[in-house]
Amino acid sequence: MKFGILINEGPYQHQASDSAYQFVKAALEKGHEIFRVFFYHDGVQNATRLASPPQDDRNIIALWSALAKEHNLDLVVCVAAALRRGILDENEAKRGGKDAHNLADGFRISGLGQLIEAGIQSDRLVVFGD
Amino acid sequence: MSEGVIKKFMYVNRKPPYGTVYALESLEVVLIGAAFDQDVSLAFIGDGVYQLTAGQSTGGIGMKNFSPTYNALGDYDITKLYVEKESLEERGLAIDDLMEVVYEDEDEDYAEKPSIRLVSRAELADIMAEQDVLLNF
Repeated sequence: MKFGILINEGPYQHQASDSAYQFVKAALEKGHEIFRVFFYHDGVQNATRLASPPQDDRNIIALWSALAKEHNLDLVVCVAAALRRGILDENEAKRGGKDAHNLADGFRISGLGQLIEAGIQSDRLVVFGD
Repeated sequence: MSEGVIKKFMYVNRKPPYGTVYALESLEVVLIGAAFDQDVSLAFIGDGVYQLTAGQSTGGIGMKNFSPTYNALGDYDITKLYVEKESLEERGLAIDDLMEVVYEDEDEDYAEKPSIRLVSRAELADIMAEQDVLLNF
């Protein structure tokens, strides 16, 4: 089956991203396809490479980056939600005149159309949120 | 792009308009999604019914009152706003407490028609069961 995934909550504050990660990992192990993982609302915070959790805790952002690399996942962060929360790639930082960018490896910033497309193209769109 | 495929998309609004950003960002998805020519409806359940209350005024909290946007949905061919009757009643609200949201029906000489449809919890469950994609906000 082809899954689209929507994550609506930030890391650590909420379990949504952890649950989505476990779901995606399990689905891939079972041979399913992940069309796209879309990050919205505070879910965009899952894409900051500056997150520095204590060493005895999981690093959710790094887990996503690693999983994306291993399985060539399409991790998409909503541009409008990201910009208002200070999640920027190099391009957006330049455009907004900011002195830094913080998008983690394996993520890309794009528009909400990518979420709708995931809904159209996937057999199931699974939402992880509050 | 995804030409030819038309799925039933329902946006389920469960939160009040202010206090969290869910309602506002849900509306942003609805507006962007309108460009994809899908079969779109919105549902308002639980505290989500407050999103449609008339006379919203946000001056005191320093936030933008985005409630007029619901009335623009008709221009995007989004004409089905299901409001759950029980959710209204549980909050001491009636349909008269909601904004008037209308659309122009192209098939009937652009007559103005109400977009808000009051449905029971059981009816909404049936409508939800028919959907291809449910986005919960």
